[in-house]
Amino acid sequence: MTLLKVEDLKVHFPIRGGILNRKIDAIRAVDGVNFEIEPGETYGLVGESGSGKTTTGKAVMGLNNITNGEIYFGDELLNKGNKVNIRKDIQMIFQDPYSSLNPRKRVIDIIAEPLRNYENLSKDEEKKRVKDLLEKVGLTAESMLKYPHEFSGGQRQRIGVARAIALEPKLIIMDEPVSALDVSVQAQVLNFMQDLQKELNLTYLFISHDLSVVKHMCDRIGIMYNGRYVEEGTTKEIFNDPQHIYTKRLVAAIPDIDPKNRKENTNFREQVKEEYTNSYYDYFDEDGLAYQLKPITDTHRVALPERG
Amino acid sequence: MSNPLLEIKNLKTSFRIGEEYYAAVDDVSLNVNENEVLAIVGESGSGKSALAFSVMGLHNRAKIEGEINFKGRNIANIPTKEMNKFRGNELSMIFQDPLTALNPLMEVGRQIDEVLILHNKNMPKSKRKKYIIELLERVEIPRPQHVYNQFPHELSGGMRQRVIIAIAIANQPELLIADEPTTALDVTIQAQILDLIRELKDDLGSGVILITHDLGVVAEMADRVAVMYAGEIVEVADVDTLFSDPQHPYTRSLLSSIPLLDDVQDKLHVIHGIVPSLKNLPRTGCRFSSRIPWMDEDVHEENPELSEVSPGHFVRCTCYKHFYFPDENKEEQDHDTTKS
Repeated sequence: MTLLKVEDLKVHFPIRGGILNRKIDAIRAVDGVNFEIEPGETYGLVGESGSGKTTTGKAVMGLNNITNGEIYFGDELLNKGNKVNIRKDIQMIFQDPYSSLNPRKRVIDIIAEPLRNYENLSKDEEKKRVKDLLEKVGLTAESMLKYPHEFSGGQRQRIGVARAIALEPKLIIMDEPVSALDVSVQAQVLNFMQDLQKELNLTYLFISHDLSVVKHMCDRIGIMYNGRYVEEGTTKEIFNDPQHIYTKRLVAAIPDIDPKNRKENTNFREQVKEEYTNSYYDYFDEDGLAYQLKPITDTHRVALPERG
Repeated sequence: MSNPLLEIKNLKTSFRIGEEYYAAVDDVSLNVNENEVLAIVGESGSGKSALAFSVMGLHNRAKIEGEINFKGRNIANIPTKEMNKFRGNELSMIFQDPLTALNPLMEVGRQIDEVLILHNKNMPKSKRKKYIIELLERVEIPRPQHVYNQFPHELSGGMRQRVIIAIAIANQPELLIADEPTTALDVTIQAQILDLIRELKDDLGSGVILITHDLGVVAEMADRVAVMYAGEIVEVADVDTLFSDPQHPYTRSLLSSIPLLDDVQDKLHVIHGIVPSLKNLPRTGCRFSSRIPWMDEDVHEENPELSEVSPGHFVRCTCYKHFYFPDENKEEQDHDTTKS
């Protein structure tokens, strides 16, 4: 059964102006997004800044109101009109491990906060749960009484993870979880997330702009541009057989680790850029928005115009 | 052989913590030639930005020892007034974050004009404006006439970074230092900005120091690479050699910790431990030894030096000869190294 189903999700932010401060226009941050996530998979949501990927993640989490659409968790409808209910089964890990932990709280208070909201535990029970959680993320029990500044970036991200898994969620939304970390620490956190996923049978919604990380982590990927999907498919389909010109351009822009391919890459990028400019209006409508997704295989959907 | 454009000799940049000075850049020697991109790679805290700021004379309170010879003249510790003749003129810098590097209260055109006024006192105003528009065109900003009068907040991140580049190249510098020039940008824009820096280098024949933590950017841009760890250079090589035949354990660890696009790895390599802080840095012996604890202590040199393993390829410490990853077979590895 599908774990998360998002149907025709729209999130518009009003632009106010004029003398009466009335709504004069709206920023269409998310403009008609559909996707489904199966239990146990890692689903990547990719796009550049301003594409609406974070807003989509936040909407599922219930952190911003939605304008239109339905969000189902299992068979349960999460939103009542514009409000999205907060569920303890859905948790979030944030991008910046420096600003997402309260610097004045001790680790025990940070991790126990969700427990205190949902469960009535005695002091001793709570301590034991926090200790178990810390061990699960590879930190010692002594860390409990320390403050966030006493930890390195990678360790802080683990504290964020411990807080996210405290209520035994089914779905974890990760918004650029490793973008603020150095490569070696990034490797550590990514490995650890994969292990944790197996151990706790978690489902991930992985939001990122870094395509090599997404390729490493995800089973399926959705590519967003200007609030809409341009393409969705398995990782293999997106990287080996991209159909939409925007996806092609994104994949071509990833730096290659082999300096010997430099010339080839530059030429290829030039070629794709030309194709992008020449065929822009075949792929986007007059407002620069993507068309509706059309299936081309069972798993692969691409935004192409009606005339096909 | 002609003299290098920039010759850094035994540079030591130290910061004061409490009563003591601690070296963030510790005895670094490097050359940059004309028309060459030298990449400096390392993680946060490796001293790569401190090195760049030292060359630009941008540290206020740091103690700088050693020589920074720019076109044969030592510019380390020269008075600010003297330095200002070089800075923004023959020597300029592209900063990482275009949002904080630009003045939010000043139009784009005027910000570029500042560097022109400072170094070309005789250029009339009309000529300067014409030149600025040309510069904006050069960095591929659409509608330069319009952008000239815009404020930074009206531009996107990629456009702002182009303005920063326009400022940096306004006086056709001979040495350009780019400190993480694309870290704040999206991949498609990153590719465009890197292309632009490469083109400018080819046109002006300038030397470029590219500071980055992104090995993909290095592979795409650099002619030579210096890898820094804990204030020291641990390996220097031309770019092909560095990626095809890395030697130092740190370089090898870094390369195996990034996800690759073309083959699927199950697990990424994780470097053991953490980067020691400036205060707790071991100042003797191999600084990387605490990150590879499975290696015998006697594989390290007592006072590790850079040694030339093949022409132009330098590696610090002898531990690289014996290094293996813990999940590899040690015997096999030892056998390989004795053979070669």
